[in-house]
Amino acid sequence: MESKFKTPFGQFAYTVFAWIIGLAIFFPILWMVLTSFKSELDAVNMPPLFLDFNWTLENYTGILEQSNYFKFAMNSVILSFGSTFIGLIFAVTCAWAMAFNPTKRTKDTLLWMLSTKMMPPVGVLVPIYLVFRDWGLLDNRFGLIMVLFLMNLPIMVWMLYTYFKEIPKDILEAARMDGATLPKEIIFVLLPMAIPGIASTMLLNVILAWNEAFWTLNLTTSDAAPLTAFIASYSSPEGLFWAKLSAASTLAVAPILIVGWFSQKQLVRGLTFGAVK
Amino acid sequence: MSTRASTLAGRVMSAPSIIALFLWMIVPLGMTIYFSFLRYNLLTPGMEEWIGFVNYKFFLTDHAFFASLANTLVLVGSVLVITVIGGILLGLMLDQPIFGRGILRILVISPFFIMPTVNALVWKNLLMNPVSGFFAWISTSLGFQPIDWFTNAPLTAIIIMVAWQWLPFATLILLTALQSLDRDQKEAAQMDGAGPISIFFYITLPHLSRAITVVILIETIFLLSVFAEIFVTTGGGPGLSTTNIAFLVYTQALLQYDVGGASAGGIVAVILANIVAIFLVRLIGKNLDA
Repeated sequence: MESKFKTPFGQFAYTVFAWIIGLAIFFPILWMVLTSFKSELDAVNMPPLFLDFNWTLENYTGILEQSNYFKFAMNSVILSFGSTFIGLIFAVTCAWAMAFNPTKRTKDTLLWMLSTKMMPPVGVLVPIYLVFRDWGLLDNRFGLIMVLFLMNLPIMVWMLYTYFKEIPKDILEAARMDGATLPKEIIFVLLPMAIPGIASTMLLNVILAWNEAFWTLNLTTSDAAPLTAFIASYSSPEGLFWAKLSAASTLAVAPILIVGWFSQKQLVRGLTFGAVK
Repeated sequence: MSTRASTLAGRVMSAPSIIALFLWMIVPLGMTIYFSFLRYNLLTPGMEEWIGFVNYKFFLTDHAFFASLANTLVLVGSVLVITVIGGILLGLMLDQPIFGRGILRILVISPFFIMPTVNALVWKNLLMNPVSGFFAWISTSLGFQPIDWFTNAPLTAIIIMVAWQWLPFATLILLTALQSLDRDQKEAAQMDGAGPISIFFYITLPHLSRAITVVILIETIFLLSVFAEIFVTTGGGPGLSTTNIAFLVYTQALLQYDVGGASAGGIVAVILANIVAIFLVRLIGKNLDA
């Protein structure tokens, strides 16, 4: 890349400017992490304390000891990975069919799948809630896994479809000529070539399921509640709670933030349904 | 290679996903439509009866509907303006050579990965609290009165948080589009004496138009359904000042147990979203042929 700045100073000033903007956008996250290491009194101190406070881990130990944090974290892991795993099984087969054995209706089916994603969740909140209540699926991990799986299925099919389209058809046909059966063709020929695409589909789906906060708030109370609901319980606290809130929040977002950093490129493809690459 | 066997295999393999999505969306949607014509309250079970369009009449003439429709439009519109303009500026900024650009890009896109409940509570307390929040400190240091965001400007506060969450999405997509811009074209324009501003308006912006459309359409779909940020900060209030359509339907269904009314509201929300969705589906469908 060629620098368009005429002087080294111009380049330097621009870099400083860009970093100030970037840090300003990142600031709420940074401030949350800093606050999580303060005592509750330091957290509400005016003027705010930047680095010159007594660093403490008491908020973290407090949360890990008291608030059955692990149950919520475990639920987040089970829900996001469970829904992703089931979703992959459905989406890989469906995307395989659409990419390699298209029919006249494939395009319409893809667009129909996309359109189900456009449906606002409140449009189906009432019947889903009532059906879940009658079937005993409220506050149930299996029920929520199904909801998250179905919610993200269109994105998964679409993303995998755009990846599969880039794999040359001839290779699959050659395998078929050599006598590979259909399951073998998919497992031994297609999947190894599609690993990068499948991995990024998986990552994006885990992120979306981890952060989903409409169904998880409406369909859970305690048993199946993930971290989104755990954090929401801080909305009506008593006493000083900022440092504890920050520590709980940091624990809740840290894993997914790191996953997100690795999958930022695929995010564009996944969330625009291939419209921007 | 479209033999009968492979077509059959294709049908069989895609059937589970299609059936699952059908059961997930079309069946509940049908139920919602059916409920929306019933007098149906969970507090009075067994009293359901067909009442035609009465629920729609009540919902659409309720002042809460107009308030929440207005809030929805203001929320969606403001966030779109902020994120698209901000996204273009940030995209242009990140498209330049900067020391540590990779890390800088990670900082800028991070808000997108923060779960909505964390986003909302961190902003509400740590930043926007009128007494010990960070913004209060900035205002006081500059000699202004701190703003009591959630009393005096609750909808603005929600807009700021949601915009912060979606700014990275717009930035990332617009940056991706910027990077596919043909550099020769820009250089040729520079040779001909075009300044940076005319290059932006005559070359860059037209090149971005498609990506901008995609950002607007996709964000609109998600922004029409903003829920958690309202749920954990204002609960729709004070009064109705931060109630959007999604939150209004939620209160009718799960707080007032009015299944019929909430269903009518849900259908109205579906129709609103579909107006946007039609354009998006068409745009993406065109791309599929290319």
